[in-house]
Amino acid sequence: MPPPKPYTLVAELTYQCPLHCPYCSNPVDIGADRWRAQLETEHWTRVFREARAIGVVQLALTGGEPMLHRDLDELTAAARAAGLYSTLVTAGTRFTRERAEQLKAAGLDHVQVSIQSPDPEENDRIAGIRSFDKKIAAARAAREFGFPLTINCVLHRQNLDRIEEILALTEELGAQRLELANTQYYGWAVVNEPALIPTRDQLGRGEEAVRRFRERVGPRITVLWVLPDIYEDLPKPCMGGWGRTTLVVAPNGEALPCQAAATIPGLEFPNVKDHSLEWIWNESDAFTHFRGTDWMPEPCRSCPLDRQEEDWGGCRCQALRLTGDAAATDPVCRYSPHHETVVAARDQAQTDELVYRTMKRSRFAERA
Amino acid sequence: MNRPRLVDGARLQYDDVREEHLLLIPEGAVRLNPTAAQVLELCDGERTVEKIAAALSERYAGADVADDVRELLGGMGARGLVVDAAA
Repeated sequence: MPPPKPYTLVAELTYQCPLHCPYCSNPVDIGADRWRAQLETEHWTRVFREARAIGVVQLALTGGEPMLHRDLDELTAAARAAGLYSTLVTAGTRFTRERAEQLKAAGLDHVQVSIQSPDPEENDRIAGIRSFDKKIAAARAAREFGFPLTINCVLHRQNLDRIEEILALTEELGAQRLELANTQYYGWAVVNEPALIPTRDQLGRGEEAVRRFRERVGPRITVLWVLPDIYEDLPKPCMGGWGRTTLVVAPNGEALPCQAAATIPGLEFPNVKDHSLEWIWNESDAFTHFRGTDWMPEPCRSCPLDRQEEDWGGCRCQALRLTGDAAATDPVCRYSPHHETVVAARDQAQTDELVYRTMKRSRFAERA
Repeated sequence: MNRPRLVDGARLQYDDVREEHLLLIPEGAVRLNPTAAQVLELCDGERTVEKIAAALSERYAGADVADDVRELLGGMGARGLVVDAAA
């Protein structure tokens, strides 16, 4: 059976970023030599064309902060020429009116601006840099130049009680979408888990606020809200299944099935400088290793709920982190022999102290 | 809905890899059958729903497609993909 065709390419243009968010999905060793090499603009434009040819229609220009890539306008134009729908995933601090106008002209389709909190001081504290006012200005610039706007706010214990304010701000900014992304515990979030894990009550109140908002506002604003795995007992189809919908290309050219896959030992990630995207998607070990259902262990193989082709085995990085084996059943699953590790994480010791993302060699890299 | 148009940022595109019509939206794609694609191509914020139905009917040898067009646009409107130009 031929593999499914991918829909999405996540292009991590650079790991440089002015922000220091303590839940960043980038690897904790972004300061390491492995990530020092950067793709040339010609590599990226070829990758965009190859992506379209194997089925990709959505392109996320992300990072780090994609606005720091000096050829962003050229990349955006190349994406449009290739037939991709492009989203700029930005922290907003460099997305001025002037840049908005230039990127509109280059053919950018959609802008996603992150906020760390609807409260300016809290936003700046979590981001580790004064940035709130620029983010708001960026969101307004996006609307002024006719971009559809998504607001993204990563949720955790320290900002979850502000859902009503986030919803109000989203509406006030004229956004079309709001991603309320409960923190996923990969990358830097693992280091900061004790400061980020929310309570079940917080999540319940958040869920209720979202429900009321959807009822009042209707389809005008789409709100994405996903319960974090830690309070679930059945896995989600992580990335829509391994190697089923999405390719991630890191700044150095390594192609990965998800942003966190670099943590999995024993997998060799092919570089787009050496291989075509078609080969990477169809043939490479990294993309075929956990694709489909043949790799699944018990109890997945005889899943009593027949969910093999629904959740595709959940998340490999989570299995690795909590069981030490990337090929184990996702411990979120109630049938996993390791499910108690997920339950125990709900009641772990808490702290409000944050470890900020940095590209300096980190003493926390080994811990995570 | 009187004069429908695609929501800001939505883009119709024929996917020659999958050989089907797609409505591309922020971080998503809606698969369209050929008729739905034809209807959405006519949603320019100028034409009324009646005009759209009439134009489509012409392409289908005068068949009465008004109800189908209304149903399609109703569904698209409920999902926020099509909006009224006047609103």
